[in-house]
Amino acid sequence: MSVATGAPPPTFRIDMLWRDERYRSGFIQAIAMIILMLGVAWLVNNTIENLSALGKDFDFGFLWQSAQYDINQRLIEYNNQDTNARAALVGILNTLLIAVMGCVSATFLGVVAGVLRLSKNWLIARLMTVYVETFRNVPVLIWILLVAAVVNESLPSPRAFRGVDTGAFVATNRGFYIPAPILDAGGGIVVGIFLASIVALIIVRRWARKRQDATGEQLPLFWIGLGILLVPAVLAYFVLGMPIRLEYPELKGFNFGGGIYMRDSLVALWLALSLYTGAFISEIVRAGILSVSHGQTEAAAALGLRPNRAMRLIILPQALRVIVPPLISQYLNLTKNSSLAIAVGYMDATGTLGGITLNQTGREMECILLLMGFYLIVSLFISTVMNIYNSRVKLVER
Amino acid sequence: MKLIKLATVAAVAGVCATTGVQAQTLAQTKEAGHLKCGINTGLVGFAFTDDQGNWQGFDVALCKAVAAAIFGDPGAVEYTSLTGKTRFTALASGEVDLLSRNTTWTLTRDVDLKLTFVGVNYYDGQGFMVPKALGVTSALELDGATVCIQTGTTTELNLADYFRANNMSYEPVPIETNAEAQQKYLADACDVYTTDASGLAATRASFEDPSAHMILPEIISKEPLGPVVRQGDDEWADINRWVLNALLIAEEKGVTKANVKDMASSSDLDPEVARLLGVEGDYGSMLGLPKDWAANVIAAVGNYGEVFDEYLGPDTPIGLERGLNALYTDGGIQYAPPFR
Repeated sequence: MSVATGAPPPTFRIDMLWRDERYRSGFIQAIAMIILMLGVAWLVNNTIENLSALGKDFDFGFLWQSAQYDINQRLIEYNNQDTNARAALVGILNTLLIAVMGCVSATFLGVVAGVLRLSKNWLIARLMTVYVETFRNVPVLIWILLVAAVVNESLPSPRAFRGVDTGAFVATNRGFYIPAPILDAGGGIVVGIFLASIVALIIVRRWARKRQDATGEQLPLFWIGLGILLVPAVLAYFVLGMPIRLEYPELKGFNFGGGIYMRDSLVALWLALSLYTGAFISEIVRAGILSVSHGQTEAAAALGLRPNRAMRLIILPQALRVIVPPLISQYLNLTKNSSLAIAVGYMDATGTLGGITLNQTGREMECILLLMGFYLIVSLFISTVMNIYNSRVKLVER
Repeated sequence: MKLIKLATVAAVAGVCATTGVQAQTLAQTKEAGHLKCGINTGLVGFAFTDDQGNWQGFDVALCKAVAAAIFGDPGAVEYTSLTGKTRFTALASGEVDLLSRNTTWTLTRDVDLKLTFVGVNYYDGQGFMVPKALGVTSALELDGATVCIQTGTTTELNLADYFRANNMSYEPVPIETNAEAQQKYLADACDVYTTDASGLAATRASFEDPSAHMILPEIISKEPLGPVVRQGDDEWADINRWVLNALLIAEEKGVTKANVKDMASSSDLDPEVARLLGVEGDYGSMLGLPKDWAANVIAAVGNYGEVFDEYLGPDTPIGLERGLNALYTDGGIQYAPPFR
């Protein structure tokens, strides 16, 4: 035992390992480590033995073989002759899409519901309580299935639209269609100008803040900002002869063509995950706001700040310190809960790599390991980004 | 490198921990006192629960037959309902010892998934079902259609092949079980439902108004459905293969559920029937089974024709013709090797 021999005491007896404070902690840790290693060794051995008993090897070669199945929602080019690896990538992108969409809308819902729950209006506050409690206390899988069933059963099928003038938005029981922007020649320039305006806006805001710090004068930033954002882009749009147009969905054969197609599975998953996670986030937001002592609001009022400025400049920055860490967990939860997608046939990473590929190739071990690795990386990435944000909003001690 | 590999394997070992299962399946089954049989989650005619909550059906009958051969009791079965996705993992891990669940015999499954198909109990092919209101009469008119498919099946791959070969596009809607597919199809969330033609007929039979739906004439694949066991235990595979063969031989020789008792005690027997029923020779002990195992099987479930007629035949709501599944003597391709 290296711990024991590191500093040999004059009269070392074996029972000092657990009686003497100097050795006890090291001794217990060593024992725990040995037990842990034995456990790991047993698991590894068990797995290897059983894999060989089943006559299975451990090989990732299947990833480069043709997948042979089709996927409905593809963010990148894919057909059934492509490899399993590419099919997995299609699924991974679908997972990331639903995770980003879900996190954005859940945050929006959560902040609104959290603030409204503190409203002095009795009816609104109670309504928000009902929302939070119903969504928080029913498993998210049930919500996903419920939304999917409502979309499938209550909306008309595409056939019902035959001979009907549908317009820009169409809601069918197979999903929703919205207009798609089409860039003609010169359309890229308009988009480029709009992006440049955003950069300009950020620079102007910085400058305005510096100016305020120096002179105490405030600019009407909202109107200036709106002008910078819209005027150049709108001007360019008309000067270049309206190069951006909208493509409306149209009934073609069995289904609608054109426009952007949001499948029933995507909508069900997105809506259910947002509403469910939003309920948790609203509680986090409420707790964050309540954590800022009322004295702060009163002090802000005493200094002459109006309520909404007090909220924006005094309460929220302090509340964010409480809100951000649990918010990270909610984003992680949402991302991982998106693996329930297969319940409604949304082809995410679990549906492609961990579903059809696993099943058609019979490579359970390899697929599940890859899937675990993927979710681990995504979760760690979200944590890192949010932790960077957290370190920016947390209390700066001087 | 090897260390990394070992470590990653260890990470999921807890999830995938399986018990060593090779070569002693019969002994283990006898010790447990029941057969562990994997069946469909629910497909009218093939695997369904009756009004007492007992599993019945064409595929279930095979589980009962094997249990009758081993224990003399068709009730000694522990059923596990499996989806298309979970079935092979359940079989490979030893959760079930026999998979009797409309499973298509393919090279990949036979060779790469380390399974053994012991025979074919139903020769099938993949078809399409559409509502008559759709006005489609051929699968070649389905360009652009939304198609419901059961995920984890061969139909998923056949469908991709068929549409690619005919230069058509489609929108696949992957679904876990037949029940969910039925619900989506009836809600018009998909235009077409595709699976094995027998499964389509069975599903259609359970509709409120079966006549509003039609099965398109195109059969786009060969789907030989059969019972499956793990590769590596030949003794166990032999038992299952010969239970299936015994059912076919019994039909060929006119041995039925009703007359099997009398025949076994009759003195004037066809030699093959005598061997089958254990009156002559001891073929049971070669398989590790009782002498009268085949008689027990037939007494429990009847012969192949009886099982077919009971669950799938023209007198049932499903109303399937024997077709390819008739005995070779009646123009079909069901043909069992000689019992000797």
